[in-house]
Amino acid sequence: MSRSFTPKVVTANDLRLGDVVYLTQSGKWSRLHGEAHLFTDEDSANAALASAAAQSLVVVGAYLADAKAGPHGPEPVHFRELFRTRGPSNYAHGKQADLAAAQKVA
Amino acid sequence: MYSYSDFDEGFVRTRVAQFAGQVARRLDGSLTEEEFRPLRLMNGLYLQLHAYMLRVAIPYGTLSPRQMRQLAMIADTYDKGYGHFTTRQNIQFNWPKLPDVPAILGALADVEMHAIQTSGNCVRNVTADHFAGAAADEIEDPRPYAELLRQWSMDHPEFQFLPRKFKIAITGSPHDRAVTRAHDIGLRMVRNSAGESGFEVIVGGGLGRTPMLGHVVRQFLPIADLLPYVEAVLSVYNTLGRRDNKYKARIKITVHETGAAEITRMVEERFVETRAQFGGADQALLADIRAAFAPPAFRNADTAAYDAAYRTDGAFRAWADTNLSAHRVDGYAIVTVSLKAHGDTPGDATGAQMRVLADLAETYGHSDLRISHEQNVILPHVHKSDLPAVYAALKAAGLATANIGLLSDIIACPGMDYCSLATARSIPVAQELALHFKALDLEHDIGPIKLKISGCINACGHHHVGHIGILGLDRAGVENYQITLGGDGSETAAIGEKIGPGFAYDEVTPAIERLLRAYLELRLEAGESFINAYRRLGPAPFKAALYGTGDHLDAA
Ligand code: HEM
Ligand code: SF4
Repeated sequence: MSRSFTPKVVTANDLRLGDVVYLTQSGKWSRLHGEAHLFTDEDSANAALASAAAQSLVVVGAYLADAKAGPHGPEPVHFRELFRTRGPSNYAHGKQADLAAAQKVA
Repeated sequence: MYSYSDFDEGFVRTRVAQFAGQVARRLDGSLTEEEFRPLRLMNGLYLQLHAYMLRVAIPYGTLSPRQMRQLAMIADTYDKGYGHFTTRQNIQFNWPKLPDVPAILGALADVEMHAIQTSGNCVRNVTADHFAGAAADEIEDPRPYAELLRQWSMDHPEFQFLPRKFKIAITGSPHDRAVTRAHDIGLRMVRNSAGESGFEVIVGGGLGRTPMLGHVVRQFLPIADLLPYVEAVLSVYNTLGRRDNKYKARIKITVHETGAAEITRMVEERFVETRAQFGGADQALLADIRAAFAPPAFRNADTAAYDAAYRTDGAFRAWADTNLSAHRVDGYAIVTVSLKAHGDTPGDATGAQMRVLADLAETYGHSDLRISHEQNVILPHVHKSDLPAVYAALKAAGLATANIGLLSDIIACPGMDYCSLATARSIPVAQELALHFKALDLEHDIGPIKLKISGCINACGHHHVGHIGILGLDRAGVENYQITLGGDGSETAAIGEKIGPGFAYDEVTPAIERLLRAYLELRLEAGESFINAYRRLGPAPFKAALYGTGDHLDAA
């Protein structure tokens, strides 16, 4: 096992909606990066990816993305993953809008 | 306009039914994603960053008002109220849900449209000059030939698994608005010494990671030989193409590695065989197709209303000066409707805007609409007397931006706002550039210029053939933008040169401003365009301006 393993989250897209999802500790999928489980060693990350990829009735295109611990759960490291937590920058579409709407309802 | 035959209709409907079954089997688990992926791609359905994306072909860029309204309906019902028109004369819907896609494809089939062969290693949507059938400089309307190619390539059994994707572009005019030299096959209509029209055949162009301009393999191809000749090209490529390496699999590499002369020889040799196999059915078909592209019943009316508005209304005049092009028929004009309002996303149109365009085409435009590879919409046949009314309606719909051919008429690919292959964003770079130069009020002074932005090396935004090209890259986890200069997608095609190190996201606009201010200083007169000044002076003074070592310019 590599000593300098960058922690990872398992992310994918929802099979039906396409929305970005993250694997949580309980093995369920969340829309929120902060609720993802942060894997700090390579073996458990790979095992989680394999089990996630097997959930092909729920998600599509699962992969491991670099992440780091933050005050409200894991945070993305790369800008691509940051964009995936929000949605496009040209319109308030995708997560940034969906989550805001969900908060209003709650 | 061409209408589907019973065969086309049956084919498309069958495909929709097949795909509906495939989606159902994916959702119930009978198909794995691995099995499903090639099937969805064959039907234009991609998975992007935030959602699925459906790419719908607009063959040779031509749409009827009814089709445009259906695209609006799809945008409003199944998407977020808009669609994105692309450089390949497609429309992309960025938010479809997988279970809805069969219904969307059904709605497309209702108006004789589909998403077939908009992905995969097959012959893609054949693109054409968006002024086809209208341009003053045109030899012949190229669309009947594009339609012939579409029918021939659709589900062609020999060409469904080519080494790589295959793109054909066609123009009927000497002024190349279809970027024929950057396509796998480019077809330019020319006349021979006997005055007959035919094609100059260009093979092996392409952008992407190894940009190349195509080579002329045939100076003059008689019209009747079009299909057997194109088939010969594809057949040679199908045999030689590098299936071992995706990055070397396009025909441009085949031509480069084999040599243009040898490819030409092989194509001509194969052509002897293919031509013998065509029994004339294609020519009978072509005759029918031609009839469908007969010119509309142009009217003869006076243009006083136009002349008066042009004289008295400054905003109208500004729009007319940039957004109108010469029509082949006296009294008519070609209207380019800008989808580049400053600060908006290049190429996006809302459902409501699509309906306005459909209505205008119906009322004033002989029911014809085009999508340009420059991500604008064209009303190809408008009588000049109707232009003031058209302008007023466009203005009310936010569609009257007077910037065609100017700096803010930017091509930008979806980049990292949507595309899963992107290495950086392109849309916000375009938005900021447009807003910035508008605020400076410089773009009319700068004059004609092509600025094109891609969000990765695949070059969907044609940056290599932009006078200014911007390529978004990921440099150690940070967005970085490489600038190329001197590219050209027209009949004087050229691949732009990389000028130096890239710029950070927030340095791009200032860099472009320095570059263009240098141009304003350096040009001989207002009529010398950026590209001409660049050609005269070479990269050095522009490089100095970009990298801030151009102080001597101010002194000059
Ligand atoms: C968003 C999903 C897209 C994906 C996954 C995608 C993928 C690609 C890839 C992989 C290439 C390189 C092909 C090669 O060199 O072998 C490419 C080239 C190209 N694509 Fe896209 N593209 C997308 C969107 C677009 C859009 C929106 C446009 C039009 C604005 C477009 C137009 C083109 C063009 C013009 C080229 C370069 C010309 C050439 O094929 O050589 N693509 N694309
Ligand atoms: S150039 Fe790259 S980022 Fe832009 S659409 Fe093409 S593949 Fe995506």
